[in-house]
Amino acid sequence: MRSQLAICDHCDTVHQRVEIPRGTNAHCQVCGCALYSNRTTNIDALLAISVSALIVFIIANAFPIVIVELGGEQNQTTLWGAILASYESGISFVAGLAALLVFFFPMMLILLSLYIFLPMRFGIDVPGFAKAMRLLDAVRPWSMVEVFFLGVLVSLVKLSGDTDVTPAMGLWGFAVLTLLMTLLNSVDMHELWDIHGRKRR
Amino acid sequence: MNRITASQAGLIDCHHCGEVCRDVGATEGEAHCPRCDALMHRRKPGSLARTWALLITAVILYIPANVLPIMHTSTLFESSSDTIVSGVLVLWKGGSWDIALIVFVASVVVPVLKILVLAILLISVRRASNWRPHDRARLFQIIEKVGHWSMLDVFVVALLVALVHFKTYATVEAGPAIVAFGAVVVLTMLAAKSFDPRMIWDSPESAVAPENIESQVSQHE
Repeated sequence: MRSQLAICDHCDTVHQRVEIPRGTNAHCQVCGCALYSNRTTNIDALLAISVSALIVFIIANAFPIVIVELGGEQNQTTLWGAILASYESGISFVAGLAALLVFFFPMMLILLSLYIFLPMRFGIDVPGFAKAMRLLDAVRPWSMVEVFFLGVLVSLVKLSGDTDVTPAMGLWGFAVLTLLMTLLNSVDMHELWDIHGRKRR
Repeated sequence: MNRITASQAGLIDCHHCGEVCRDVGATEGEAHCPRCDALMHRRKPGSLARTWALLITAVILYIPANVLPIMHTSTLFESSSDTIVSGVLVLWKGGSWDIALIVFVASVVVPVLKILVLAILLISVRRASNWRPHDRARLFQIIEKVGHWSMLDVFVVALLVALVHFKTYATVEAGPAIVAFGAVVVLTMLAAKSFDPRMIWDSPESAVAPENIESQVSQHE
């Protein structure tokens, strides 16, 4: 049986859990933060989103993002092109940040989601489930695909004045990936643990 | 304020999975959640000192981040350097006021707001202030949510460096300020994470007198 109490993460106030209508959140009476919700977290949907995210992640990284042309000379870049160019330009810290925040952490987030949702969907116990959940929670705030996508748009505007800019496949990849990562990021970890607990019993 | 905190009630909750447990008095840093094995804290240990240290480092680095150039552009006829603010002005004068506004918010408003809010929170918590806890809690939630958008300029510079290297016409090279700025964003994010918002509500006035705790717990159960 789940505990009858809920404690607010933000102000430490103890609350008694009450029944709330479907699709709503219970909020802390002291600080107003979300306490728990009565939403149907759909593991099927989350699994589908994770698989799509993996495919789109590969597309976004495999194709150039933009092509720029100036006086007959053409340049293009992928995410890794930008990372390597930063490294060669002497700003290896920026290269490292871009590699971690736009490549490695989002990739970890997708792979961990698959590792968690796939067995959850079929009711299988996998080793290291708790560790995977904690790692997912820790990595989440450091995945910045959406910020990078906005950065691409800003760069497009900056360049469009002096050069011919053509958006390429990678740009659409990052646009869709931004959407999918936002959906994956909106999952409530407390809720997932509760579902996990119910399924095992 | 009629409320009881978990620490007063001898309870502790897991921030990762939401499990509520009886606090058995384990040493800080040794209590693990029985459900998910995450480390549990009554309050984040050394929160004030750690947040101050990260914040002060961020403030120091924020100076070179704004004074030094973030990138150098050289074309056939001229070469120029841009700082964070002059980059925004160039966009503004170029007619893209909307993009200029986005970059201004991400690169100037958000970092300054984060530094100021964290400083206010740290000082008010240190003085055990009872001053408008709702607003302070709301401010903390805002800076936690928007903080990572400041990384925008860092990605823009990385992209421009990769895209603008036309041998004869124009090249863009990175300036030292972008490294400092990237570090400021990471440091302020870490500072926000090491701050424990529960301290906002820990002022003595909002606490329940110890002799009333038992009756309050039973009301809630």
